[in-house]
Amino acid sequence: MLIHIAKRILVALPTLLIVSVLVFSLQKLLPGDPVLALAGEERDPATLAALREKYHLNDPFLMQYLRWLGGVLTGDFGVSLRTGQPVLELIGQKLPVTIQLAFMSMFFALLIGIPTGILAAVKKGTVLDWLANVIALSGLSIPNFWLGIMLILLVSVQLGWLPASGYESPFVDPLRSFQTMLMPSFVLGTGLAATLMRHTRSAMLGVLSADYIRTARAKGLGSREVIMTHAFRNALLPVITLTALLFGELLAGAVLTEQIFTIPGFGKLIVDAVFNRDYAVVQGVVLCTAMGFLLMNLVADVLYVLLNPRMRTAL
Amino acid sequence: MTAAETSLALPARSQARVWSKFRRNRSALVGACIVGFFGLLALLAPLLPIADPLATSWSAIRKPPAPEYLMGSDEIGRDILSRMIWGAQASLLAGVISVVIAMLTGVPIGLIAGYFGGWTDTVISRFTDALLAMPFLIMAIALAAFLGPSLSNAMIAIGLSAMPVFIRLTRGQVLSVKTEDYVEGARAVGLGHLDIMRRYILPNVVPPIIVQATLTVATAIIAEASLSFLGLGQQAPAPSWGSMLNVAKNFLGQAPWMAIWPGAAIFLVVIGFNLLGDGLRDALDPREH
Repeated sequence: MLIHIAKRILVALPTLLIVSVLVFSLQKLLPGDPVLALAGEERDPATLAALREKYHLNDPFLMQYLRWLGGVLTGDFGVSLRTGQPVLELIGQKLPVTIQLAFMSMFFALLIGIPTGILAAVKKGTVLDWLANVIALSGLSIPNFWLGIMLILLVSVQLGWLPASGYESPFVDPLRSFQTMLMPSFVLGTGLAATLMRHTRSAMLGVLSADYIRTARAKGLGSREVIMTHAFRNALLPVITLTALLFGELLAGAVLTEQIFTIPGFGKLIVDAVFNRDYAVVQGVVLCTAMGFLLMNLVADVLYVLLNPRMRTAL
Repeated sequence: MTAAETSLALPARSQARVWSKFRRNRSALVGACIVGFFGLLALLAPLLPIADPLATSWSAIRKPPAPEYLMGSDEIGRDILSRMIWGAQASLLAGVISVVIAMLTGVPIGLIAGYFGGWTDTVISRFTDALLAMPFLIMAIALAAFLGPSLSNAMIAIGLSAMPVFIRLTRGQVLSVKTEDYVEGARAVGLGHLDIMRRYILPNVVPPIIVQATLTVATAIIAEASLSFLGLGQQAPAPSWGSMLNVAKNFLGQAPWMAIWPGAAIFLVVIGFNLLGDGLRDALDPREH
């Protein structure tokens, strides 16, 4: 098992290295002179030259890249050109917010997606199945920033039940934190719920037609027992791996949702950084999301092996 | 090259089967109708008897839907219905063109990787992995910011961000096709690589690419709306559904209709393309009869 994990990490490393090259070159291509952003109102050529020298912006591309990579490997992602704050510190501040959002969204997604998926599979071909599929299709097709706006319109503007924006740490005021996160996580969760529902349904359909299910039914087990203990446990495997993969995508999905609800998280950080031409922050954030994505791929892979008895004996 | 050679590699009889399967699929037809409806609106926008989408009117600011303004008017008195129809043009164009960009770049690269294998394949595949590790929307936002905010740059940004999906898909398809006997035969006859790829491999990898392209148009339309919503796509005063939503969110309390229509239209078009894509997938799947 450990050897398997080590192998997977070794495969992921060159990918991450290429990502770092791409991320770094993309930054170099971004329009605007970072020095001008840095200097603010200052336009004195001598000052600008000094700043350029200070941030090594005159060095050849390869030198700049290697210096940056060396920093990244030792945990130094540079400083924000805007605020002067270390990038790693900024990420450290914003990431927990998005992780809270991601976990709450996943909670919604699992709560909606799995039961409807099971129901649709068991009632295949009925109105219920059709309805579940229509809802899943809608969940996949609805632009989630619009869903967010509509919820704000209904729940905050019309009914006044929940705050339309803002964020509170769960450690300061848990209730308020829950209230502010409720709508965003529902919005972010719907798309995932649809994906989970579709996969749960097809996994369940695959399992329900298997011989051992027929045997279980023939033994006279109740249909509830057959579905929950025999079928669902086996259908769960692809669903769990999918959940891990979806977590990786959540980081990106948070971009617009955080924008709508003005949540000071990872997604808002990257949009603000792109608009402010804050190179170092964009580099750090994109690299971190790629790392998160690859990590969740690894987790999905490991879970698949751990949970699948056939794969376990093969190792 | 004759027309018969360039058309889908499927023989005529199976083309008929695919078509009849597609026609019997009711949800696919619904999808086709939705897409057709919006496509027609977009095409006919210049001919329809609608108000000028850019004409402002200080006497009609944020008017709710009424006979005069069927969908209401916006914050500077422009007719929302007319902006919706012109917006359809921007959204559909952006969705289709960005997918064409993704295909024109991704498919050849995938063909080369799959056909030649070896080091070429390894290098391309590693790059594709790296591109896929960067989230689609974040990449599109960064690229759009780099290229400068405009609708055409948004299309390029979305197209390039969607490219790796097509590289991976094409490569996989080529790998399974290139060991077929007829490809070996073509090689034995002495055809060049380019001819083999064009005549014998490409036609056989087309069906799954068409399915993927249809589904990607749906994603691309949402992406264009997202970029325009952030101010990185269509620029004012030209209308696009995403940019209309961007303005509308500031007037939620006073003029909710400004936010309802554009989002509903995106939702409907995306459903259309998703239904169409799913229908095509079922129709082109040789396993089910």
